[in-house]
Amino acid sequence: MSDPSAASIVSTPRPEQPTQIGAPTNAGLPESARNEKPRGLLGDAWRDLRRKPLFWISSALILLFIVMAAFPSLFTSGDAVNGSLENSLGKPSAHALFGYDVQGRDVFARTIYGARASILVALLSVAGTMLVGGVMGVISGYRGGWVDSLLSRVADVFFGLPFVLGAIVILTTFNGSGSNNSKTKIMGLVIASLVILSWPVVMRLMRSSVLATREADYIVAARALGAGTGRIILKHLLPNCLAPLLVYSTIMVGSFIGAEATLSFLGVGLKSPVVSWGIMISEAQNYLRVAPNLLFFPAAFLVAAVLSFVMLGEAVREALDPKLR
Amino acid sequence: MGRYLVRRLLQLVPVFIGTTFLIYWLVWAVPGDPFAGKCGERRCPPEYVAALTEKYHLNENVFVQYTIYMKSLLQGDFGTTYSGRSINDIIATAYPNTLKLAVVALAIEAIIGLTAGVLTGLRRNGFLDNLVLVSSLFLIALPVFVVGFVLQWTFGVQWKIVTPTVSSEMPFSELLIPGFVLGSASMAYIARVSRTSIAENRRADYVRTAIAKGLPMRRVVGVHLLRNSLIPVVTLLGTDLGALMGGAIVTEGIFGINGIGRQVYRSIVTKESATVVSIVVVLVLVYLLMNLLVDLLYAALDPRIRYE
Amino acid sequence: MSDILVSEQSAPGADGSGRPSGRLLEVDDLRVEFRTRDGVAKVINGVTYHVDAGETLAVLGESGSGKSVTAQTIMGILDMPPGFVTGGQVRFHGRDMLTMSAEERRRIRGEGIAMIFQDSLSALNPVFTVGFQIAEQFRIRRGMGRADAKKRAIEMLDQVKIPNAKGRFSNYPHQFSGGMRQRAMIAMSLALDPEVLIADEPTTALDVTVQAQIMDLLGELQRERQMGMILITHDLGVVADVADRIAVMYAGRIVEEADVYDLYAKPAHPYTLGLLDSIPRMDEKGQELRTIKGLPPNLMNIPPGCPFNPRCPMAQPVCREKVPPLLQIGSGRASACHFAEELVNRD
Repeated sequence: MSDPSAASIVSTPRPEQPTQIGAPTNAGLPESARNEKPRGLLGDAWRDLRRKPLFWISSALILLFIVMAAFPSLFTSGDAVNGSLENSLGKPSAHALFGYDVQGRDVFARTIYGARASILVALLSVAGTMLVGGVMGVISGYRGGWVDSLLSRVADVFFGLPFVLGAIVILTTFNGSGSNNSKTKIMGLVIASLVILSWPVVMRLMRSSVLATREADYIVAARALGAGTGRIILKHLLPNCLAPLLVYSTIMVGSFIGAEATLSFLGVGLKSPVVSWGIMISEAQNYLRVAPNLLFFPAAFLVAAVLSFVMLGEAVREALDPKLR
Repeated sequence: MGRYLVRRLLQLVPVFIGTTFLIYWLVWAVPGDPFAGKCGERRCPPEYVAALTEKYHLNENVFVQYTIYMKSLLQGDFGTTYSGRSINDIIATAYPNTLKLAVVALAIEAIIGLTAGVLTGLRRNGFLDNLVLVSSLFLIALPVFVVGFVLQWTFGVQWKIVTPTVSSEMPFSELLIPGFVLGSASMAYIARVSRTSIAENRRADYVRTAIAKGLPMRRVVGVHLLRNSLIPVVTLLGTDLGALMGGAIVTEGIFGINGIGRQVYRSIVTKESATVVSIVVVLVLVYLLMNLLVDLLYAALDPRIRYE
Repeated sequence: MSDILVSEQSAPGADGSGRPSGRLLEVDDLRVEFRTRDGVAKVINGVTYHVDAGETLAVLGESGSGKSVTAQTIMGILDMPPGFVTGGQVRFHGRDMLTMSAEERRRIRGEGIAMIFQDSLSALNPVFTVGFQIAEQFRIRRGMGRADAKKRAIEMLDQVKIPNAKGRFSNYPHQFSGGMRQRAMIAMSLALDPEVLIADEPTTALDVTVQAQIMDLLGELQRERQMGMILITHDLGVVADVADRIAVMYAGRIVEEADVYDLYAKPAHPYTLGLLDSIPRMDEKGQELRTIKGLPPNLMNIPPGCPFNPRCPMAQPVCREKVPPLLQIGSGRASACHFAEELVNRD
């Protein structure tokens, strides 16, 4: 047994008193030793979550970012859009914590104000993706038959498009260098392209969980009692499919913040004068050697925001998955 | 098996047509002047527009255009750029570079991701487990361009261990960093999937049986446990090869690799619509075929699955 | 038999285990608990039993009584954590296996002590052929070549009466029927000619008709090979034909041990009595089935005194205060009941 990692698979019983108590697993227990108090999945998950520092840290960060997006003026009195060229590439100081960019704009203020566009785009895209994908998935899973086949093929079509490439093509078509779209329209286009390219994932998730629950006894019972389709979907199917969907959407908020930044970075997403982290990084890359702070601060905020959403999703997912306990 | 293959291939056709038509429509037929900005600030001269309209059948409706395009595509002809260069040539030059990058990325993500996943799956909740958990979350959270910049700057500019950009011969050593960048997010997923898979399977009854047979631990883990746990990982890797090529735009841009991603980005910027469509068609085709291959592989790896 | 028999050279009990004995396998005052975040469950509370060459011991009990956990501890396949051995010994040829090195224990598995599991579908590896899994024993443990190992594996399949053994060699577990799969499982565990075979509910997952066939096969093989067999079951009907002795377990203890005939004729523990009474009988058709009232105790909180007292129809005040020890009553039988004598001597 020279392989130390292998040895831990099933260890050899030893009579000495062990020191480690309370491994997080019930797997090998005989029935009577298992927890006897009946507790719901959600109660269990919550108990699990409460003890995870990761959960609290990420929740706190998310709250902070959301407040930042809603009320940026609480955090800074600086001007995010206008600067004066005499401050160009100014070093960080007490007045401007993160320094100034090429056009003499306050980087700290811009970073704070950047939260709004980034988070707004991500949240709206996730909402759209959930709505489109969720509705398609429920229809597909519940109706079955040719409706299911048709919708599944349509989803395949969109799923076959590489994500970044697809977004670039869509956005250059409608938001190319020649076009002159308003701020809201650009934002709408970015959101639309993220939704168009992501809904098939949610649809598949929703479809399979509807398929899994559709034939469950309690659904059959509800149908036998004369419940209508709408009622069955709303009252019985949805609540049961919601948990994985919520987890997925939390993680998706994180990856959409990253996606928005990537698109803005490539020059096809949001554009100045809108302030977003992606735009700031894109503008900063040419001054990497002279003023790394221009790149560092928005990138750090971006990573922190993405990470906190992904971490929250992961923590919830792990808590909800009894197999991983 | 043969019949299953035929059925899957037939199912592929509408998806392929749907995806490529979508792209074709987006690139060529969306209302607006396809030549806007093509000739700099000025409007394009009418003779030029007329010649190109003729060449790309732009006065036909979009379905006819698409059919004509597909017809020549089926004969292996991707068409030509505005300036008359063969798109087949462009793809033939750029594609091998992207393939090479993608294979390096796949190898790196498989080796690192699997090792991390297997080790943490066997020993959960230790220091290594937490380290891998946090770093995989980081890799998932970081947009590729951030990872790319950071690594390029650290290794290429600060420490000067590697050249910041990849030279045109694409030697293997120069591809390590770009490969890592391209595969970084998938690497994290591989680590997570294999960790979960190992952790679930290590308590499986058949592992217990293998131990009860008195097999050495190395064999229990290396043969019985791994063989089962790797099924989802291998399929994930397979799907990823297709996805990596479509996702190489940013990485190729940062490291100056003359691959298909950079080519398609350049074509988008210069409005070389024919090239954009053709490259996307190739990428979609590869992606779809890889997915089919993965399905077949799945059956080969798990004898319980039978396709008919 | 090979390297494991080194133990015969060292005097039995030389490792400080106490009594020297010629026993093949003995479990001595074994204690196991599971520690979870919900508390500590005392699953095995001083189990003692033994099995000799050529005899079959049936271990009988409800689920959760600790019979399988005891077997897993013997085999060294207990999940640890959450399981912890907190006391006692498991002696094989007189040597305590719990203090052996991991490598020594590994060698005993399969060759000294082998095990058959309840659910053959999940106990066999789904992605390897049945033949591979049997031949693996010969290749890895005996160092045979591929062809020889295959030949021996087919012989094994033949011995457990699988028709067309040669053809079935390259089938996967899911292509076998339940009974055939359990036969293959038996072939695999007998491949290295073990001295002790532990069968953990080998027929529970099977159809009634197949159950009898498998039990017959096991009995036959055990007699042929003069193995010691530990048959774990909750089914009184299964044991009657095969077992020589029966040990009844309740709440992690042996509550009664006796020869099969004695146990059926005159149970010396109210729990055994209850079990026998709850077998449906042809001559009492139409009557309500008798059951043992109440539930098995919560192992995290075992009642003081005799663990069976809350369900026992004969419980007296002493049962709530003193844990009855497992005491000899008459020849070759023991009971852990304060009123064992009264029970045996009843009418």
